[in-house]
Amino acid sequence: MIRLIIIILSVIFYPNLLSAQNKITIGLQMEPPNLDPTAGAASDIDEVVYGNIFEGLVRIDQYGKIQSGLALSWDISKDGRSYVFHLAEGVKFHDGTDFDAYDVKFSFNRARAKNSTNAKKYIFKPIVMIDVFDSFTIMITLDHARSDFLFNIGLGDAVIVGEESAANNVYNPVGTGPFKFKRWIRGERIELIANDQYWGGAVWLERVTFKFITDPLSAYTAMMAGDIDAFPNYPAPENLFLFEIDPTFDVIVGLTAGETILSTNNKSAPFDNILVRRAMAYAINRQEIIDGAMFGNAVPIGSHFAPDHPYYVDLTALYTQNLTKARALLKEAGYEQGFTASLKLPPPIYARRTGELIAYQLAKIGIDLKIENMEWAQWIDQVLRHKNYDLTIVSHVEPMDIVIYANPNYYFGYDNKDFQKIIDDIDHSNDKAQTEKLYQEAQRKIADDAVNGYLFQLGKYGVWKKNLMGMWRNYPIRANVLRDVYFAEAQ
Amino acid sequence: MTKFPISLWVGLLMTILFVMAAAVSFFWTPYDVRELDIASRFIAPSFSHLFGTDHFGRDIFSMIMVGARNAIGVSLLAVGIGIMIGVPLGLWAAATRTYGGGFIDEILMRTNDLIFAFPSLLMAILITAVFGPSAINAIIAIGIFNIPVFARISRGAALSLSSKEYIMAARVSGKGMVRISYEHILPNILNLLIVQATIQFSIAIIAEASLSYVGLGSQPPDPSLGRMLNEAQTMIFFAPWLVYFPGGAIISMVVGLNLMGDGLRDLLDPKTNKAKEEDVVA
Repeated sequence: MIRLIIIILSVIFYPNLLSAQNKITIGLQMEPPNLDPTAGAASDIDEVVYGNIFEGLVRIDQYGKIQSGLALSWDISKDGRSYVFHLAEGVKFHDGTDFDAYDVKFSFNRARAKNSTNAKKYIFKPIVMIDVFDSFTIMITLDHARSDFLFNIGLGDAVIVGEESAANNVYNPVGTGPFKFKRWIRGERIELIANDQYWGGAVWLERVTFKFITDPLSAYTAMMAGDIDAFPNYPAPENLFLFEIDPTFDVIVGLTAGETILSTNNKSAPFDNILVRRAMAYAINRQEIIDGAMFGNAVPIGSHFAPDHPYYVDLTALYTQNLTKARALLKEAGYEQGFTASLKLPPPIYARRTGELIAYQLAKIGIDLKIENMEWAQWIDQVLRHKNYDLTIVSHVEPMDIVIYANPNYYFGYDNKDFQKIIDDIDHSNDKAQTEKLYQEAQRKIADDAVNGYLFQLGKYGVWKKNLMGMWRNYPIRANVLRDVYFAEAQ
Repeated sequence: MTKFPISLWVGLLMTILFVMAAAVSFFWTPYDVRELDIASRFIAPSFSHLFGTDHFGRDIFSMIMVGARNAIGVSLLAVGIGIMIGVPLGLWAAATRTYGGGFIDEILMRTNDLIFAFPSLLMAILITAVFGPSAINAIIAIGIFNIPVFARISRGAALSLSSKEYIMAARVSGKGMVRISYEHILPNILNLLIVQATIQFSIAIIAEASLSYVGLGSQPPDPSLGRMLNEAQTMIFFAPWLVYFPGGAIISMVVGLNLMGDGLRDLLDPKTNKAKEEDVVA
C-alpha cells in the first residue's frame, strides 16, 4: 500500500520518471547571422540547421564519411563524369509541398546562378548539365571526373531547398529534415520542433532549443545549473576537468576539421623570404602551445590537414623547436638582429592564448611581435579581406581545405605554381590511390615551404548530460545533427 | 592649521604603497612578467609565489606591480590631460563672463554639457574601438572626459572669486585677464583642483581597468589589472587567487585615493573648514 502511494506521488511530481526526457536545450557560443546555409559563409548556420532542418542529397556523418541522404543510392559512370541519383519518394518539405527531382535541379541551379550568394560556388562550378529523368531520378554531369564532388554536395551549402520557400529560408527555413523551425528570439535562442511527417522515420526528441551563450563563464554556470543539456563545443578547455569530476556530465574530446595555424602574409616582407618562415617554424614549440593554450586537449599538426583523415601524413617532425637553427636561418636571411611585426588576433580564447605564447616563443629569436586583439568584424575586414596584416592566428574549420593554398589571392598570399599544379591534378584525379598520393604531396609541399606556422588541430570539447546519447563526437563539418539523439531512460 | 584627518593618513599610506610598488617595478620584480613557464602554472599562493601564478605560469605579484604601474601611468596622464586643457578653458570661460559678454562662456559650457551628457565609459569604448586598442588611446579617451570636470570646477571657483576685493584691485591696477587668472585666481583655486584631481585619479583607475577588462586598454604581453580579471574568469573555480589579488589591488588603489581625496578636502577646502568652525561656534 505504502509502496503504491509512493509510486503515485512520484508519478504526479516527477512525470519524467515514466517517460524519458524528450526536450533538449543545446548551448552554442555563436548565434548564426541567418538560417539559410546556402546563402552565407558562417558555419554557425550549419550548427543549427544542418541535418536538422535541411538535408542534402548525401549527408556527412560524424566520422566524415558519406552516407545516403535524400538520394538513397547513386551510380557513377566509368569516366567519373556522370552521377545518377535515385531519390527518396514520399518526402515532404515542412510547408507541405512535395520533394522531387525538380527541387534538386532548382537548388543546384539557384546555387550556381550568377546572382547566387552561395559561399561555396566552387562546389557547383564543375556541373555542366542537370537532367531530370523522372520525378525521382536525376543525372548530374561534370566537366571532368572530380574526386571530391560527392563529399562537397554533402556540405551545408548544397542542401536541397524548396522552390516555393527558398526565398524566405533566411528567417523562416523550410527543409525536409527531422525538425521544423518554430521560432527565433534574436540574441537568445532558436526553437525547433519534431517533424511528424519526417520521411526517415520518427525521431526521439520533441523539442529542441539552441541557446546562445557567448561568455564561457556563463556557459559554465548554465551547465552546472542544469539549464543546458549539452554544449557540443564548450569554449573553455581549462574547465573540462571540472565537468569530468562531476558525475552528471560526460566530457568527450573529439576532433574538428579546424587546423589552427599561424597565418603568415607571404607577400609582405620579411615573410616573403622562405628562410624567415622556416626560422619561425623552428622557433615554435607546439607542445608548449597545446599545453599552455589548450590545456593539453589538442593534436599537433605539421601541415594543413586533419590528422584523422586517411590521407594524412604526420609532418610534425619536419620542424621541431631548434633555436640555434632558427637564429642561423634568420642570420642567413639578413635579419640577425630580428625584426618587429604585428600579430592580429581574433576573439576566440584559443587564438588569444596561442598568440601570447607565439609572441613569447618568437621573441627568443629576436622577432618582436606587437599583439593586436580585434573583434571578428575588424579581423575579417583587415586580415581576410584587405590582407593588411603580418601574422594572425585562426582555425580553418572547413573540411579538406588545403585547396585554399592554390588560390594566390587568398589572404596567405601564397602563389606557387608547383602547388597549384598538384591541386589541379587532384581535381582531375579519378583514382583513389592517385588522389591520396597527390594530397600527401600537397601536405608536404606547404609544410616544406613553411607557408604558415602549423600548430594544432582544434579539438571539439563536447560536454553533455550522462544520459544523453547519440551526440556527435567529432566535427568533420560544423553540425549538431540531432536525428539519432535521445535521453536514456532515467534509472 | 587643522590637524591631519585620519582618512588622509590611511589613504596616503595605501596610495604610497602602490606608487612605490609601481616605481620599484621599473627596475625589479620578483619574477619576469614576460617569461612564460607552462610547467609552473596555477601555483597557489605560497612563499615562492606570494600571490600564486596564472595560466601561463607568470607570477601574479609581479604582474600586479607592473599592472599597477600601467594603471597609475595611464591615469596620471589622463588626469593630466584633463587639467592641462580643462583648467585654462574654465578660467577663460569665467574671465569672459566677468569681462562682459559671456558669449564664449556659453559656448564652452554648453560644449561641456554635451560631453557630460554621454556616459563617459561608453564613449571611451567607442574611441578605443575606432582608433584601435592601446594604452595611448585609453589615455586619450579617459583624458577627454576629464576635461569638462576640471573646466567646470575652475570656472565656478573663478567666478565666485571674481567679485573679491583683491581681484577688483588687480583689475583697477590694469592687469589683463590672463595675468589675473594666472597670478590671482589659479593659486586660490589650487586646493579645489588638488582634491578634484585625486578623485578623478581614482575614477581614471577604474576606467582603465574597465577598458582593459573589455580588451581595449594596454595589449598583451603588458600586464594590466583589468585584463587579468577578464582572463581569470573561467578559472575562478579552481584558481580563485587569479581574481582575488588583481581585484583587491584595484579596490585598494581606488579606496586609498578616495580616502586621500576626502582627507585633502577636509584639510584644504576653505568652505568645509569654515563650516566646521561655524559648527563649533554654534
